[in-house]
Amino acid sequence: MARSADSLPVTRAGAAIVVVTVLAAVIGPAIVGVDPAFQDLPLRLEGPSPAHWLGLDELGRDIFARLLVGARISLLVGAVVVGTSATIGTLLGSIAGYYGGIVDDVVSRVSDILMAFPGLLLAIAVVAVLGPSLTNVVLALTLIGWVSYARLIRGQVLRVRELEYVQAARALGAATPRILARHIVPATLPALIVQATLGMGGAILAEASLSFLGLGVQPPTPSWGTMLNYGRSHLLDAPHLTIFPGLAIAVLVLGFNFLGDGLRDALDPTMSQGRRG
Amino acid sequence: MARRVALTIPVLLGVATLVFLLIHLIPGDPAQAMLGEAAPQADVDALRAQLKLDRPLLEQYVNFLGALLRGDLGTSLRTRTSVTAQIAERIPATFELAFAAMFVAMMVAVPLGIAAAAWRGSFVDHAAMAVAMGGMAIPNFWLGPLLAIVFAVELGWLPVSGRGGIDHLVLPAVSLGLALAAMLARMTRASLLEELREPYVRAARARGISRARAVIAHAFRNSLIPVVTILGLQFGAVLTGTVITETIFSWPGIGRLLIQSIGFRDYPLVQGCILLIAVTYVAVNLLTDLAYGWLDPRIRYQ
Repeated sequence: MARSADSLPVTRAGAAIVVVTVLAAVIGPAIVGVDPAFQDLPLRLEGPSPAHWLGLDELGRDIFARLLVGARISLLVGAVVVGTSATIGTLLGSIAGYYGGIVDDVVSRVSDILMAFPGLLLAIAVVAVLGPSLTNVVLALTLIGWVSYARLIRGQVLRVRELEYVQAARALGAATPRILARHIVPATLPALIVQATLGMGGAILAEASLSFLGLGVQPPTPSWGTMLNYGRSHLLDAPHLTIFPGLAIAVLVLGFNFLGDGLRDALDPTMSQGRRG
Repeated sequence: MARRVALTIPVLLGVATLVFLLIHLIPGDPAQAMLGEAAPQADVDALRAQLKLDRPLLEQYVNFLGALLRGDLGTSLRTRTSVTAQIAERIPATFELAFAAMFVAMMVAVPLGIAAAAWRGSFVDHAAMAVAMGGMAIPNFWLGPLLAIVFAVELGWLPVSGRGGIDHLVLPAVSLGLALAAMLARMTRASLLEELREPYVRAARARGISRARAVIAHAFRNSLIPVVTILGLQFGAVLTGTVITETIFSWPGIGRLLIQSIGFRDYPLVQGCILLIAVTYVAVNLLTDLAYGWLDPRIRYQ
């Protein structure tokens, strides 16, 4: 879909959201200087005030301070899941696409089976048996995450493999790993960057979902999804426990989506809209 | 077409294998994990024998597949009743919710998408697409509680939770369907704009038909094909979403059963729920593909 120049402000807004969140996560807690674990029990569930901008949670902890630390968890999970999935997916996808044959068959069949599960369901299953923890969330999301990268890269490699400059490198006697690393994988980078940016939003949302279900990051570590889970018991008396963490998730995911869509328009206008939900 | 059907058999086998292996992924002794650390050794041994976990892996696998073909998913550890029966009891609730959510999604998405395409580039278009972008980013586990705060708690119009009449269905269906609505609205817009560029629509326009009429009478029906396909392919996301939505609204379906059985470490029940959702997802994807070939004869599976 050709989009006019009006997508630029949206892309910038996305980039701004991501940059601000990263800064808030890295230096925010130090600047605000409020201990996210400090329990002011007499003031528990108190709404927003000048002293506590976003109010206090069920144990009297400052919600704003906890959101800042929670941003670290979200970004960390996103980065590790996307980084690992993209690396594994690129490796397997490029080998499968370049060599074809049995490697391709195995990678394709395994990814067919993994794709036969709705993504989050498989993550729920894995965390259910391994036990809820930050590490297992990352493991589960990577297990389902690599597939989309492998498919993307495989398709790209199949396309690039027959291009003349690659044929030329082969004719000049370049070794296969060198052709893959120097000539083929770089050509797939634009598509990979777009996918990874959108994948950040997806991974952050998935971690929040698992944590919301009590299957993810465990207390006392402040994760946005866990905060929402605890907010559920106080919908009536303290809706701010639900409103602010949810807003943080929605805005950050929106930021990555804006940025990803914008990058897609800029880097790879031919790429289709289709994307796995 | 037969080929497309045949291709799902190895996928289903793979799904069953993965679900079978789940129990063996449990760190340490699965029987011990199911009963808890404090369980007496005799109970653990009994459970291990009952689940035949002491048999060779291959034998367990063959037995699992054999039982599966007979529709036997084992016995729930907690209630001592058949997993198949428990799941069958919950299916209507989950399907009711899933279909209601898809209905809500279509009702919201199609008018929004048409309006955006008909007034392309206008304020209406930008507003509709901004709403759609927002809808895709809002997690349903946030939207659900927010809707509950406003419509159930503050306004008192709708019940907060449980299953009953149509009034119970509204909030869960809306919170589950909105993300899908957002995606479908974008899809409807894109598909309609593409269709409007087709020669037959331009010919109609050249004959003096208004843009509105070209959209409604000509382009709209054809543009629905990819939208319906996406609707089918997104059924899996909706099914997974029910896990969250059912938990929020205490909706007595498969999703809530899954989360509860995870809490009780009732692994046969966990396996059953996951298997059912995954198999349904595969089946719906297959039906979508077949329907696509039927709707659009240009695409046929050899």
